[in-house]
Amino acid sequence: MIKIEHVSRRFTGRGGTVDALKDVSIHVEKGDIFGIIGFSGAGKSTLLRMVNELETPDSGSVTVDGQALEGLGKRDLRTLRRKIGMVFQQFNLLESKTVYHNIAIPLILEGTSKDEIARRVAEVLRFVELEDKRDTYVSQLSGGQKQRVGIARALATEPSILLCDEATSALDPQTTESILALLKRVNREMGVTILLITHQMQVIQRICNKVAVMETGQIVEQGSVLEVFGRPRTEAAQRFVRTVINDRIPESIMGLVRDETRNYRVEQLKFVGGSVRKPVIDHICKTVGVEVNILGATVQEMQDSVMCVFILQIFGPDEQLDRAERSMDQAGVLRERMVIN
Amino acid sequence: MGDFLNTKIFNVTVERLLLNGGQTLYMVGCSLLAGTVIGTLLALVLVFCRKGGLAENRVIYAIVSAFINVVRSVPFAILLVTIMPFTRAIVGTTIGSTAALVPLIVYISPYLARLIENSLLEISPGILEAAKAMGATSFQIIRYFLIPETLGSIVLGLTTGTVGLLGASAMAGYVGGGGVGDLALTYGYERMNTPLMILTVIILVVLVQLLQLAGNAISKKLREHK
Repeated sequence: MIKIEHVSRRFTGRGGTVDALKDVSIHVEKGDIFGIIGFSGAGKSTLLRMVNELETPDSGSVTVDGQALEGLGKRDLRTLRRKIGMVFQQFNLLESKTVYHNIAIPLILEGTSKDEIARRVAEVLRFVELEDKRDTYVSQLSGGQKQRVGIARALATEPSILLCDEATSALDPQTTESILALLKRVNREMGVTILLITHQMQVIQRICNKVAVMETGQIVEQGSVLEVFGRPRTEAAQRFVRTVINDRIPESIMGLVRDETRNYRVEQLKFVGGSVRKPVIDHICKTVGVEVNILGATVQEMQDSVMCVFILQIFGPDEQLDRAERSMDQAGVLRERMVIN
Repeated sequence: MGDFLNTKIFNVTVERLLLNGGQTLYMVGCSLLAGTVIGTLLALVLVFCRKGGLAENRVIYAIVSAFINVVRSVPFAILLVTIMPFTRAIVGTTIGSTAALVPLIVYISPYLARLIENSLLEISPGILEAAKAMGATSFQIIRYFLIPETLGSIVLGLTTGTVGLLGASAMAGYVGGGGVGDLALTYGYERMNTPLMILTVIILVVLVQLLQLAGNAISKKLREHK
């Protein structure tokens, strides 16, 4: 659906040059909710704007729905942009106009007939559950309601792609949840492919099926959400995963662990999807014969599945501990021995 | 009726007062209308061509900006006399209310252009980005986003411009344009008719107050839902 290949972009300003994007490639398939995560200045905003050519690459290619963006004429570009909806962090609505007018605008630009506009606006208003706000002025709405209007506006032209630029970053946690739920419905019920950028890992966890982690203009890691959450390879990805999944041992418990005189190892286990149902701990206790102490545990829901993280302190002679490790690895659990110091 | 028109107030007939009042309205109204059109066009050129604008073009920006500055740096009294050949070429004469329109429009257009430019720049860049993302043409951006979103501010600018125009029209009257200024200078000052002069000053003060009140009210109405 969206193919970005080897795209680079450099900005030259008063403070020198900045490489906003360095050889970035991503593939978004039809039906994906693809999330790009990174801190501000990582280049994700520039990358997102490549898709509807609000930014143009210095090198590399961008293909949307089989159409290469390079060399596209003004008219064709406008036609393409009308098939791509965009939602913004600051909503970017016409504050002095009504909800109805705001949602109607992209249709007015297309020259749609009045009756058709009224029909479409009513439809998307129902979808975002704001039917009663039809004639309210945007300035009188709450942040969450404004973003619903923003989403409705983006959907008015029945786009196949929706770009979300930090759509929930200006909202409180509860409103964020409801907007994310709405985006998920947009994806499921309307079949709209979504490409979003965010700095909140919870957004990725909650609705995305694929994720790319960006740092200083590069994609350092990408894959399915379960893959990246289960086994983040880079420091950047680990940092982001840690913001939603606590895989550290609490400091108060660390003291007890350090004081331990018996032979032990600390293991971190991640159960993802199917492996959740395997009785791994029971097995190493009963069959291998080690003693297990649970130091920490969390459960996270993601992508219609769950991920459990356990931190275990396992007691026994080294030979037995080795066997326990092998047994856990065979069960398909993501295991990592933690160093205690 | 004829009696009423011939009634004298401070030694001038009511007919004279009404005639000159009408001339002022004519001069201010027409030049405001033309000035707003020309000023808006110039302002749009500035906003589109400026650095980071939608159609960045430094050469055009520099030329238009310099042109505006040059015209604006000439005091109206001097501008009036300087462009007399130009005025004669356009309307065939340099005397009368219609002839006064030419220098008034030349004077007010660049002024309004700057005021409108300031208003247009108030638009949030995010709105323009959203408009572009929707596939709006340049004309559509102006028509549906830029002007509607900044109209309240533009009206305030136009009010300021109108007050300036009123002052300039008084000066235009001195060289044969008629109007309230003519009344104050020719019939008041030159004939040492001080009460008449004071009367016209009071009329001008009231007029400016009313203009500003009206401008503020319209602007507030337009911004109400912001």
